[in-house]
Amino acid sequence: MFELLGIPPQALFGQLLLGLINGSFYALLSLGLAVIFGLLNIINFSHGAQYMMGAFVAWMLLTYTGINYWWALLIVPLVVGATGVVIERLMISRLYHLDHLYGLLLTFGLALIIQGLFRNQYGVSGLPYSIPAELSGGTNLGFMFLPNYRAWVIVASVVVCFATWFAIEKTRLGAYLRAATENPTLVGAFGINVPRMITLTYGFGVALAALAGVLAAPIYSVNPNMGADLIIVVFAVVVIGGMGSILGAILTGFGLGVVEGLTRVFYPEGSAVVIFVIMAIVLLVKPAGLFGRTQ
Amino acid sequence: MNFKTIILASATSLLLAGTAMAQTEVKIGVLNDRSGVYADLSGEGSVIAARMAVEDFDAAGKGITVEIVSADHQNKPDVASNIARQWYDQDGVDLIVDVPTSSAAFAVNEITREKNKIFMNSGAGSADLTGAQCSPNTVHWTYDTWALAKGTGTAMVEQGNDKWFFITADYAFGHALERDTMAIVEGSGGEVVGTVRHPFPGTDFSSYLLQAQASGAQVIGLANAGGDTVNTIKQASEFGITQAGQALAGLLIFITDIHALGLETAQGLVLTESFYWDLNDETRAWSERFAAQNDGKKPTMVHAGVYASVLHYLKAVESTGAKETEALMAAMKSTPTSDPLFGDGMIREDGRKIHDMHLFRVKSPAESTGPWDYYTLVATTPAADAFRPIEDGGCAFIAE
Repeated sequence: MFELLGIPPQALFGQLLLGLINGSFYALLSLGLAVIFGLLNIINFSHGAQYMMGAFVAWMLLTYTGINYWWALLIVPLVVGATGVVIERLMISRLYHLDHLYGLLLTFGLALIIQGLFRNQYGVSGLPYSIPAELSGGTNLGFMFLPNYRAWVIVASVVVCFATWFAIEKTRLGAYLRAATENPTLVGAFGINVPRMITLTYGFGVALAALAGVLAAPIYSVNPNMGADLIIVVFAVVVIGGMGSILGAILTGFGLGVVEGLTRVFYPEGSAVVIFVIMAIVLLVKPAGLFGRTQ
Repeated sequence: MNFKTIILASATSLLLAGTAMAQTEVKIGVLNDRSGVYADLSGEGSVIAARMAVEDFDAAGKGITVEIVSADHQNKPDVASNIARQWYDQDGVDLIVDVPTSSAAFAVNEITREKNKIFMNSGAGSADLTGAQCSPNTVHWTYDTWALAKGTGTAMVEQGNDKWFFITADYAFGHALERDTMAIVEGSGGEVVGTVRHPFPGTDFSSYLLQAQASGAQVIGLANAGGDTVNTIKQASEFGITQAGQALAGLLIFITDIHALGLETAQGLVLTESFYWDLNDETRAWSERFAAQNDGKKPTMVHAGVYASVLHYLKAVESTGAKETEALMAAMKSTPTSDPLFGDGMIREDGRKIHDMHLFRVKSPAESTGPWDYYTLVATTPAADAFRPIEDGGCAFIAE
């Protein structure tokens, strides 16, 4: 049997698949960030906190009201997205005429506040959230045991990513949105309510983060810091993909998940930094990112 | 000497003694993780434990004024050194307690020695604290990597699980735990078939678990802690690792981790701790008082260690009547320790606190009567065998 760099191919396929699974989370999260940045020009640093809120709201629904995972997939993005709408209306909308930096500081502060509140209430050890019965168990693929839930995560993520890309790039609504980013005054003159559209876009981006949170709840520990650990990596993904590029965010998300997965095999100690090394190289060679346009 | 004089004389001496004692003011700094992965197992609970020790000792009644301060070291050695320096230099702190995260504990260990103050560690694990990095100013109270390895490692190998694979957190504590467990496993005739080191803290461990699975080991030793261990165990169950017959050995698991995992996932795990709230009447009574102040959450062994170490320190302050470092350390080491949580024990010359270690098995949901009823006691390693023999530690200052 042939070996690749000392690793049997079975193990390698397994690791590639695991990389794709992690990449699904990167893709979902960086997609939300890219949508918000691309259409609102806001660097949403509270994205990690909103992802965490998604997981927590799913936990609360199950614990306090008995609402199961499947309903949570629908309800949680709506609830957390609604908090995003409120935040956009009350705070972020006042910053559009200012430099990017103000939006970044505001959302970063919000993230710290949200995380602090949850930490105060629930501690940091995490809360248990079980895999729904329909998705427990797994399939033996020959080269690895693939838990059904992880397979579901990949499918769900690919579908959501594609649908979002399609909605923004290929539909009339998406065209309005993109036009509103280019020239809000002109689009407004055609009778389209631009501020409302912008608000809903932010809400949608936040809902994507919350959805990722629900997907993550059964496999990662539901704790207040879960987003803080991930958000920096996700920002690196967005930068590599090209700030604001929807397709770039999706493809880089999956791609970097795979790269990180392979690093875990060949040099596990380096798996936490490999994405940043790639980011540095990409910034040197192609400052606008792999899929970004230079403006 | 008539009766009146005697009364007068004793009244005067009482008064004098009273003033003399009231001059002892000690300041204790509780330095630990208050927001990160170890905040539940140390954090505010350690401050509560320290306060309880001061109350139970009746420090005020004995003329010792105690002030407790606390800070968050964020599990970062540089932050820990900055706070320790400021506490010793500017804020007049005499004793630092707790300090989880071995790399941070090493930093505080160094500074305490340099400033000639006292450091009583409860939260950190590395056995190097009383070995290669030992200091005459440090006491290591609750547990260490060697004791954990001895407890869990020996038990697993005795059951015939002798092929091991390690998933190790890539920092001082993980390395020490891996090294000590390897020594125990190999010493008892076992074999280590592989190791993988993951960045700390991590989120996804499935990749390492898959490597462990491919290695053909019987036991996967988890040389990590806190949220990392919780996630590893959760994902091991998801990927069918345990169902396929490989056993998990959590080398450092706190009761808060079991609480986070839930018994459904955690049942059957074997682990070593030096304290469990439900050991005897005294631990139950103390833990109930603790929980009342800690939102109903039971204490971890780290909290218990903070309580017991502060208690022992205050006894030394009382007996020496001052807070001179050498005298206090000598008094603490020469007086046997006795407290309701760890029972009778002693502090060795190298600073290692000696007491029994217990091997527990996590109950199944059916066996448990409710939240926090998690462990069944399997075995107890007597104090004399529980910790690394002093001559094997390589502690330098003893030889001097």
